[in-house]
Amino acid sequence: MSIAIAMAVLVLGALVAARARICAAASLRGSHDLAARIDRLLPQTQCGRCLYAGCRPYAEAIARGEARINRCPPGGAATIARLAQMLGVEPMALDPLHGAEAPASVVIIDEEACIGCTKCIQACPVDAIIGAARQMHTVIAAECTGCELCVPPCPVDCIAVVPAPPSPRAWRWPAPIGVCA
Amino acid sequence: MSAVLRAFRGGVRVPRGKEALQGAGSRGVALPPLLIYPLQAHVGTPARTVVDVGQKVCRGELLAVPSSYVSQAIHAGTSGVIVEIGERAVIHPGGLRDTCVVLRADGEDRRLEPSPALDPARATPEALLARIAEAGIVGMGGAGFPSHVKLREGQTSAVRLLIINAVECEPYISCDDCLIRERAADVVLGARILKRALGASQCVIALEEDMQRAWDVLSSCDTAGTELVRVPAIYPAGSERQLIRMITGAEVPRHGLPIDAGVVMQNAATTVAVADAVVRGLPLTERLLTVAGAVQTPANLRARIGTPIAHLLDACGRSAIDARVIVGGPMMGTRLVDESAPVVKTTNCVLRLPAADGQAAMPCIRCGDCVEVCPAQLQPQALYEIARAGDWDGARDLHLFDCIECGACAYVCPSRLPLVHYYRHAKSEIDALETAQRRAAELRTRYEARLRRLAQRGGAAAEAEEPVEPDAAEPPAPAPDRAAMQAEIAAAIARAKARRGANTPAATGKDGNGTR
Repeated sequence: MSIAIAMAVLVLGALVAARARICAAASLRGSHDLAARIDRLLPQTQCGRCLYAGCRPYAEAIARGEARINRCPPGGAATIARLAQMLGVEPMALDPLHGAEAPASVVIIDEEACIGCTKCIQACPVDAIIGAARQMHTVIAAECTGCELCVPPCPVDCIAVVPAPPSPRAWRWPAPIGVCA
Repeated sequence: MSAVLRAFRGGVRVPRGKEALQGAGSRGVALPPLLIYPLQAHVGTPARTVVDVGQKVCRGELLAVPSSYVSQAIHAGTSGVIVEIGERAVIHPGGLRDTCVVLRADGEDRRLEPSPALDPARATPEALLARIAEAGIVGMGGAGFPSHVKLREGQTSAVRLLIINAVECEPYISCDDCLIRERAADVVLGARILKRALGASQCVIALEEDMQRAWDVLSSCDTAGTELVRVPAIYPAGSERQLIRMITGAEVPRHGLPIDAGVVMQNAATTVAVADAVVRGLPLTERLLTVAGAVQTPANLRARIGTPIAHLLDACGRSAIDARVIVGGPMMGTRLVDESAPVVKTTNCVLRLPAADGQAAMPCIRCGDCVEVCPAQLQPQALYEIARAGDWDGARDLHLFDCIECGACAYVCPSRLPLVHYYRHAKSEIDALETAQRRAAELRTRYEARLRRLAQRGGAAAEAEEPVEPDAAEPPAPAPDRAAMQAEIAAAIARAKARRGANTPAATGKDGNGTR
């Protein structure tokens, strides 16, 4: 009798342990998928204002439950709303600690002042700056995310942040003025 | 005389406003001092300039060439000198400016030697297509799709039918009617050329039932190989999908193009431009357009492309009433913000319409009139509610993108709701969202490629990926080996330090973000 009970306990224990291992693996994979899905909603500026190394690390932190969804100023309220919808949580205001939502910007290099040190090229997370050592550098405006990571390393302060130029193609119809009730 | 085709479902009968110009011929207009050519006045990528400021050009000389498969060539409309390449007012619903080439006329109006004429009956379809591309011809009925691209796509599909669209369903516009009355032979010739270039077996020229004179003139031409049809004067009968439906009975698939239904459609003015290009060797530099509404003498004007719209209004005389200027028809046109914007190849009408009476829109009463008239068989009132709520996914589910923005719904709305404005807003928000997602995907690819490259090079370089601390702004010791260079860099850094002391933090972008 006692042998039967012991057997039952052993079998059950083994089953529980196996299930736990399966669950752990699945949750790891699930969290990986979740991070990828979160990453797809982030603007990919790679600016690090969330204090993670880039959009993907921030997405992984959200997936692990370590970071809140309100740390991305370039994404702003729209990104927070989409993240909240996907994760099934309440939308929240952008954490001002990480910066404020602002219109899109790009950087330009004052090519006269550039000494060709390549420090900005090394800092650019999306390879949007071209140039070589002791040669003038310039920003490919179409690829610039406006992350501003190139600004601090510049030893001669020749990089300026400017609003992204308005484009007739990217123009959006404004919302119609409200209807009286 | 053939019977009028059966109408499509939906649509509205709108006042035509064309009576004043029904029998009148076209009028020339004096050359303006400046002709202005936006590089983007068509579907596709902006044209690439091939002239410099200060360069002298003749009429018909190339100003810009196509920058991609879907783009167009732009030619000078008169002789003169290029005085500017820069931002100018263009026809844009938001009043934004765009890059333009500006030509100052010298008054001599010298013309470049025309290209050699092609024999429309013998030239190969390839030669015809090349000529049409060289002449910078785009759809002149409003959309501005480069014609050679449409024809090339038509060649590679099973296109049987070519439709020449002379159905001007918008009120006031009568320039295609006038064009047919004056140049019917060229309409037929152009239709034959297009048919041959396409390899289509059939060609139909479609007119509206009330274009009697145009019908008579066309019927008196030798129209062998083409067929004339009349469609009811119901708005929007001239819309591509509705016209194909009436003529062939076939429906263009939801996300498809007319070529998927075996049809290519070209506008009547485009057809005449094709005839000019092929048998006369002339690029597209002039078009016929209607100027009507609150003007003293409404007219169909022969205007050089690039003419500022203010110049046309001056030529017709503005009536002394408070009016806004609309480019295109009153149903689908664009409100003009700056009258110095130029006529482009698609500009078929300039209207001065009395300013809106300021009556506010009222709430939707769910009368369903909009559903009755929608030619795309959508549910405008449901789309309105959902667009107003900002539910973009819901709007897509209700087939927002099948809306052709004809404005029939807003026309009949008893609450005067600006329905099309809501749909345009929703469409542009969805487009912007999708553009942002595509861009994010591209940026992710670049970022990941960079990480891989740095990983291959080793850990030292990878450190550059860490978020940069504000302290990194300290000028690091410069590395170059030669003393002269060191001195130069030291001087540059000293200058930067001096500037940094003088500048506000915001001006340089540093410290603008307190989180780093």
